[in-house]
Amino acid sequence: MSSDLTPSDSAATGDGPSAELAHGGVRDDRLARPEYSGPGALPLAAIDHTPRRSDLYPKAARRVERQITLMFLLSMLMAVLFVIGYVAIDVGAEIYIPVLGTVGYQNLVLGVTFGLGVFLIGAGAIQWAKKLMPDVEVVQDRHRLQSDPAETVKAHDQYERGKEESGFAAYRIMRRTLIGALALFPIPLVVLVRDMWVNDDPALAGMSPAEILSETAWTGGLRIVIDGSLAPLRPEDIPVGGLVSGLPENIMEIQEETHTLNERGKSAIILVRMDPGDIRAQQGADWDYQGILAYSKICTHVGCPIALYEHRTHHLLCPCHQSTFDLADAGNVIFGPAARRMPQLPITVDEEGFLVAASDFAEPVGASFWERG
Amino acid sequence: MGLVLLLLALGVVGGVYGVATTTPSSADAALVGDQTQIEEGRRLYLEGCSSCHGLNAEGAASGPTLIGVGAASVHFQVATGRMPLAAPGAQAPVKKDIYSSEEVLAMAAYIASLAPGPAIPTAEQIDYTDADVAEGGVLFRINCAQCHQAAGQGGALTQGKYAPSLMEASPQEIYEAMLTGPQNMPIFNDKTLPTEEKQAVIAYIMELQEAPSPGGLSLGRLGPVVEGLFLWTAVFAALIGAAVWIGIRAR
Amino acid sequence: MSTTEKVGAEAGTFVDQRLGSNKWLGKNLKKVFPDHWSFMLGEIALYSFMVVLITGVFLTLFYKPSLVEVVYEGSYVPLKGIYMTEAYATTLDISFDVRGGLLIRQMHHWSALIFVAAISVHLFRVFFTGAFRKPREMNWVIGVGLLVLALGAGFSGYSLPDDLLSGTGLQIARGIAQAIPIIGTWAAFLLFDGQFPGVDFMSRLYMVHILLIPGLIIALITVHLMMVWYQKHTQFPGQGRTNENVVGYPLLPVYMAKAGGFFFIVFGIITMLSGLVNINPVWIFGPYTPDQVTAGTQPDWYIGWLDGALRVMPNWETVAFGFTVSWNILIPAVIIPGIIFTAMAFYPFLEAWATGDKREHHLLDRPRNAPVRTGIGVMSIVFYGLLWLGGGNDLVATTFNLSINAITWFLRIGLFVLPPLAFIITKRTCLSLQRRDREKLLHGYESGRVLRLPHGEFVEVHEPLGNKEKAILMAKLDSEQTPIALPQKTDANGVKNKRYRIEMLRARLSGFYFADTIAPPTLEEIEAGQAHVAHEAALEAPLHEYEETHYVNVPFHGGVLHEEGAPMTNAEALEVTRHKD
Repeated sequence: MSSDLTPSDSAATGDGPSAELAHGGVRDDRLARPEYSGPGALPLAAIDHTPRRSDLYPKAARRVERQITLMFLLSMLMAVLFVIGYVAIDVGAEIYIPVLGTVGYQNLVLGVTFGLGVFLIGAGAIQWAKKLMPDVEVVQDRHRLQSDPAETVKAHDQYERGKEESGFAAYRIMRRTLIGALALFPIPLVVLVRDMWVNDDPALAGMSPAEILSETAWTGGLRIVIDGSLAPLRPEDIPVGGLVSGLPENIMEIQEETHTLNERGKSAIILVRMDPGDIRAQQGADWDYQGILAYSKICTHVGCPIALYEHRTHHLLCPCHQSTFDLADAGNVIFGPAARRMPQLPITVDEEGFLVAASDFAEPVGASFWERG
Repeated sequence: MGLVLLLLALGVVGGVYGVATTTPSSADAALVGDQTQIEEGRRLYLEGCSSCHGLNAEGAASGPTLIGVGAASVHFQVATGRMPLAAPGAQAPVKKDIYSSEEVLAMAAYIASLAPGPAIPTAEQIDYTDADVAEGGVLFRINCAQCHQAAGQGGALTQGKYAPSLMEASPQEIYEAMLTGPQNMPIFNDKTLPTEEKQAVIAYIMELQEAPSPGGLSLGRLGPVVEGLFLWTAVFAALIGAAVWIGIRAR
Repeated sequence: MSTTEKVGAEAGTFVDQRLGSNKWLGKNLKKVFPDHWSFMLGEIALYSFMVVLITGVFLTLFYKPSLVEVVYEGSYVPLKGIYMTEAYATTLDISFDVRGGLLIRQMHHWSALIFVAAISVHLFRVFFTGAFRKPREMNWVIGVGLLVLALGAGFSGYSLPDDLLSGTGLQIARGIAQAIPIIGTWAAFLLFDGQFPGVDFMSRLYMVHILLIPGLIIALITVHLMMVWYQKHTQFPGQGRTNENVVGYPLLPVYMAKAGGFFFIVFGIITMLSGLVNINPVWIFGPYTPDQVTAGTQPDWYIGWLDGALRVMPNWETVAFGFTVSWNILIPAVIIPGIIFTAMAFYPFLEAWATGDKREHHLLDRPRNAPVRTGIGVMSIVFYGLLWLGGGNDLVATTFNLSINAITWFLRIGLFVLPPLAFIITKRTCLSLQRRDREKLLHGYESGRVLRLPHGEFVEVHEPLGNKEKAILMAKLDSEQTPIALPQKTDANGVKNKRYRIEMLRARLSGFYFADTIAPPTLEEIEAGQAHVAHEAALEAPLHEYEETHYVNVPFHGGVLHEEGAPMTNAEALEVTRHKD
């Protein structure tokens, strides 16, 4: 059905006389709410226009008015309900709501009352704009963005005057030294950044970042303790197929001394035990102890802790980026973005029969870095 | 091949020896189980399991040996419906179990009679009422969350394998899983994770299962991916819907 | 004049005497804004940012950016007595002990996610309609800057609670910083004040999150809006709309009510959402410890594509002369984002140069009328979407029973195959739509009514186009879409063209943009075609005369059917109401 078949629209086909177009094709006297035509009235665009119900029927307009008023009233009510919810509901109270499940009572009430209250202000304002404010589009000319040639000439003249008056072109040496001074003035700002880190840890005295990253707390003879209970371990405690997250025995002392968790992020290891016959390769001869292997827990990709150990495949998977390492094959990478194998910690037992590190790691643990080589 | 299997079996036996000795009462009960129960278990085993695991549970190409896996392992695998396997795949999924609990116990007794292994935990062992939930949370994040996710919703492993969600798991299943290391899960015996710590972990998982969601609809507690998905679907439908409503002309 | 108005007028005079504000008001209160739902997408971004600011101020009252270890003694039982940082403990306090704290925290997080998402869809709208063309290129560049800042604001905020997820995210960020050649380790140590996690980093990040980035965002938003105001908004082609005018509603009252109302709508939706749907339950993830991790470690959605890029990247690393270059980190986390954001910022200039288009554009392109641009856009979205999928590949794997290894390989190959495919499909679709538009302009609609003429000929009756649609389709006639001619190696005098190569490249690019475009019909052709349509309609007219005497004429306006018994014209309507009154 074509639009120009309809009677109400026949005056607005775009071919009619311009006098009618100036009012969007609808004469004022036909509207329940006439267009504003006082001082400041804006030119209407030449667009086919159909009046709204609220333009035609005063009753429809009054209905919209009531509807919007109700919205604003409800919004006020919501603000009151919010305060009641804030005062009356306990912060830890729970309530069961179908679909949502058991949820925080206060959070629900506060969110819905506050949200609905705010929403209704917006809905009312927009309904007002859509139904009661004029919906005949007006037209405005764009102004030229570029300056007039005369203005450009003026600007250029002023620039030339400034250049001459300052002597910026004439005093060559002065100009160049100024540019030099301006080029150097940010240097202090850059230099100031240097002390964002100062190596004031006596244990790390004189070490560069790369050197700090290359060593951990592990030393020969340091016992391995279970992460959590911090109990030392005997080899027979770990079953074949078992997995233990381990730390050096002095981890809590280090933490208390440095007030940081830094060492945890470097020295954390996992111990796994497999049938010695399953071990195809290690990073050093006899670095295992009766099939117990110790590997760093920190991924060599970007440093996530990693302990997704599959005890039948001997694969270790990183949950962050899915690098996969084969612990039965010297911790080599078999899948994913990590380029380096998991560093292995050589282990043995001390005279009391507890598992200890035989030495520190032979290579830096954790994420790769430039000086690593 | 046979040698490897034998070594593996010995390894498992050796590894869980400590368990068997620390819980003598239950282990003895499982070992010495009543003879008719063992016979019934053997019959069920031959019917339902022997085609993969061999006539004497010695293992075959399609299934590992069950000698020394213990009653706990049988109970975990069969009671959760993981075994018997419906179809070969990356991993045995949980399904409705087809045996009655007596039948499961009979099979467990039969397998336990072949060699010592972890016994089905006693009611006392899985009683977590006095356990410290917060400590359990710490242990859960150290030992479990890397695979089962911090909220216990499960996660992906390599090559299509996965760590299942813990939301339906019972205390007994959790205890058995830690003890026996089903499928690719590592074993947490009573030395690396003592009974009290296991109880704490169970208490924390039970807390996770029952925890309300203080902030409203929990979106499966799967983290930012689901939140992003919800944002780009429901939330943007609402926001763009509002924009369209403002844009269309009233009538 | 009411009392309120009198007071207002006095205040206005007070300000005007000092600032001359009435000059500005007289001109700007009538400023016209075109109306279209897609022009509101940027407003969603603005309003959600305002909600972020309001809620953020509230959060700063309770949050402490401190990595000092404390024992938690708040009311969330499963963490009671556990060692954690003050940052995490105060986040728990906000969630469990401050009334309404959880609501505000959730509003802050949801509105931050909405902020970045709204910027993205706003960017799509601007891109696909060519609104970035002259004279708005500078504003496009500012928009790209805002997008980057929004990502920084989001990531820094995500990291503040110091829960297990956010800490792992920071560890990854540190790993990326460390991978930068030459300066990597020093950069990481300076930023984090030493090793990871250290104790000072959180307060630094806090400063970045609540001062540096918001300050920059507010400054850029101000410039962004001032430029929109000064240059006036673009508009879609349509009846009465030209490149030299703006058609729409004046600021006062319609636009003010609509834009102001929309602020409350967005605010209200975010608030209700935060009351109903949980986001980032940090208490479940637990406090951060650098040796703990959770499966499903993911960033918020807007960093997901970078995480995905890290995941699908093959493990390339070069070791030479004792130094390591980690391509496996640099390419996905530094080089690819660098290229993407640079290309995005320069796109308006690239397109203008390649097409030789120096005109001002205030009328928007319909996406189909710029097939290559639309194709590039869809191609980029597909590329981004695949990386995004990579960021959630573990969840995809568990949800659909797939293997993460298989998904990763699918993505590694798909990232090179699917985006070009998307480009081709999109471009072809656009060209088909252009052909259909051409047909419509020439012949109107196919009505589906077949008429048998007296001499036995069968014709299908076409309906003429409506005025509104005709105006939209006619806009294509003004677009100049011809490829630049190929350059000559030597000119007529035999002088070698020194710019031959660059001109050749430009001509090729311009061919890439325009060679396949469907030329719109000329005005004469349209007139001839429409005359034919009118002729057919005339043939059918006798039938219509019969029909119209038997059926109620159903006016059809904007999808609204005429209701039985309702008046047919405005005059009739007035008659009816007069009688009723």
